[in-house]
Amino acid sequence: MNNILEVKDLKVSFHTYAGEIQAVRGVTFNLKKGEALAIVGESGCGKSVTSQAIMRLIATPPGEIKSGSSILFDGKTDIVKLTDKEMESVRGSEMGMIFQDPMTSLNPTMKVGAQITEGLIKHQGLSKQAARERAIEMLRLVGMPNPEARIDQYPHQFSGGMRQRVMIAIALACNPKLLIADEPTTALDVTIQAQIIDLMRDLQEKTGASIIIITHDLGVVADIAQRVVVMYAGKVVEQGSVDDIFYNPQHPYTWGLLRSVPRLDNDEKEPLVPIEGTPPDLFAPPKGCAFAARCPYAMEICLESDPEIENVSAGHSAACWLLHPNAPKVERPVEVGGHHNG
Amino acid sequence: MANTDNILEVKNLKKYFDMGRGSVLKAVDNVSFSIKRGETFGLVGESGCGKSTTGRTIIRLYGATEGQVLFNGQDVHKMGGRDLRSFNRKMQMIFQDPYASLNPRMTVGDIIGEGIDIHKLMAGRQRQERIYSLLETVGLNSEHASRFPHEFSGGQRQRIGIARALAIEPEFIIADEPISALDVSIQAQVVNLMKELQEERGLTYLFIAHDLAMVKHISDRIGVMYLGSLVEVAEGNELYRKPLHPYTQALLSAIPIPDPEIERTRERIILEGDVPSPINPPSGCRFRTRCPKAMPECAQIVPELKEVEPNHHVACLLYS
Repeated sequence: MNNILEVKDLKVSFHTYAGEIQAVRGVTFNLKKGEALAIVGESGCGKSVTSQAIMRLIATPPGEIKSGSSILFDGKTDIVKLTDKEMESVRGSEMGMIFQDPMTSLNPTMKVGAQITEGLIKHQGLSKQAARERAIEMLRLVGMPNPEARIDQYPHQFSGGMRQRVMIAIALACNPKLLIADEPTTALDVTIQAQIIDLMRDLQEKTGASIIIITHDLGVVADIAQRVVVMYAGKVVEQGSVDDIFYNPQHPYTWGLLRSVPRLDNDEKEPLVPIEGTPPDLFAPPKGCAFAARCPYAMEICLESDPEIENVSAGHSAACWLLHPNAPKVERPVEVGGHHNG
Repeated sequence: MANTDNILEVKNLKKYFDMGRGSVLKAVDNVSFSIKRGETFGLVGESGCGKSTTGRTIIRLYGATEGQVLFNGQDVHKMGGRDLRSFNRKMQMIFQDPYASLNPRMTVGDIIGEGIDIHKLMAGRQRQERIYSLLETVGLNSEHASRFPHEFSGGQRQRIGIARALAIEPEFIIADEPISALDVSIQAQVVNLMKELQEERGLTYLFIAHDLAMVKHISDRIGVMYLGSLVEVAEGNELYRKPLHPYTQALLSAIPIPDPEIERTRERIILEGDVPSPINPPSGCRFRTRCPKAMPECAQIVPELKEVEPNHHVACLLYS
């Protein structure tokens, strides 16, 4: 068994007074052991909901993981079918999670030491003293200066970057097999972001944990990920190795994402190519391809029926009618991928 | 000394905030730069570096503690009466948060028309026509005038904010993180709109943001701030190709480039620690506590911003 995680046809909906929002509409991907996978897409594309479903953090109600969904963890457990009690022993010990905002995801009334040792005492049955020693060791591992003193401090006594380090220490304390990081650097300044990404890469090598990183920053993706899943309107539109996605992207939405960000190493001042329009309303997702309304290459079929996922090469697939053998050949915009300047 | 090419000159600007109990937060400390008519000047730096405070002090949302802001040669902070009213028309601001900067109880038409009313520029039908044409200019349409801000997406709200700023035909617009709250595909829409408007109307921009790639894309020249001081000013490509200040070098190297091949081989300068507090900033050069190239004299001497190469200014003892 090479895959630590197999997500199959995951569907998540939220029931609200205005109707049912289909936030995740049939997501399938695998994560290999020791791999770093990035899920990218814009706000509302379902990337965070997907990760919360994997951790079973979807509040039910109003949320609902639809039947037919399966999340196979470590080849044996279907996360979707676990009871809350069983899930508690998986969460925290076998999976760890880092959230976007370290200000609100740490408990402000608890010393950070207690927050790190909580899981160790609960899941690994360590004594208070042993857990404290392990917590100090974890803080040192994440690059916290003077961990013996800082373990007895409260979250407000830490800077944003240091709080994120505490979060990582908590997530990794029980040696999880899977670490899910939901926009772990979005709230941080770039020089601090560089520190945290460096730390995550380093820890992945040391602990061998698999990582799912959720981000909208393609620079971060290029920096840390080996594989990429591109999501749009609750579906996976393309997935592949980081090189597939950056140098041989197939889906017009991926093209759009890559073209809409300016590159620091680009001297030319050609206008950015935005993706016109806005994402669809997930209360009533369109019948055909969800991206068709914003896609410059949309054909009649795109509005009528949703494209199947087509394999491009081993491990690289995309859901687009342009990949159909009978589709007209489209010249990929030249700016995409492999585009170097000077 | 007055240079007519410069629409704005900031001279030794200081903005301190009294934090009580005798402690003073030096948000902006001795910042000088100038902006040419029709150019886009980008101001970058990490949170708390004073870039927004600089912008707000320029437009007189804050009074200056010391120093001057000269707009068309006139000191903004000494203006009164008619001069001030005319200044308020010529300089406008676009804010970061399109959710918080539009009054939720006003219709979009009234938000855009407020400046026109205050300055008594037009009324009645003429005013209405103007609002409609502004909405179209920013890519919305006249039907939107009767709606309220909550009915719009973030990108659309930022377009409304731009229409409001344009309503009284300013010469100079301060855009404080205008796209940070928007999704990437929407960011490009707003940036392209701002560039088009600049070309059409000859606007001058002060573009404040932390996203250096976007700032470089939109700006002619860039100023880099660290802890209340301006450490380097240069033309965008020059700054990227040849950063002189050790902070600029670290900042540039910290930004991941969306290209896996480049990322695999890139050497990164990782800065240690966090930005010190602006309440008690380090003596001498404020960056010295994190600077990989700090020397003993950096603790004693406050480096001045000097032109070390044509149009390339840096405040660092390594270059003096």
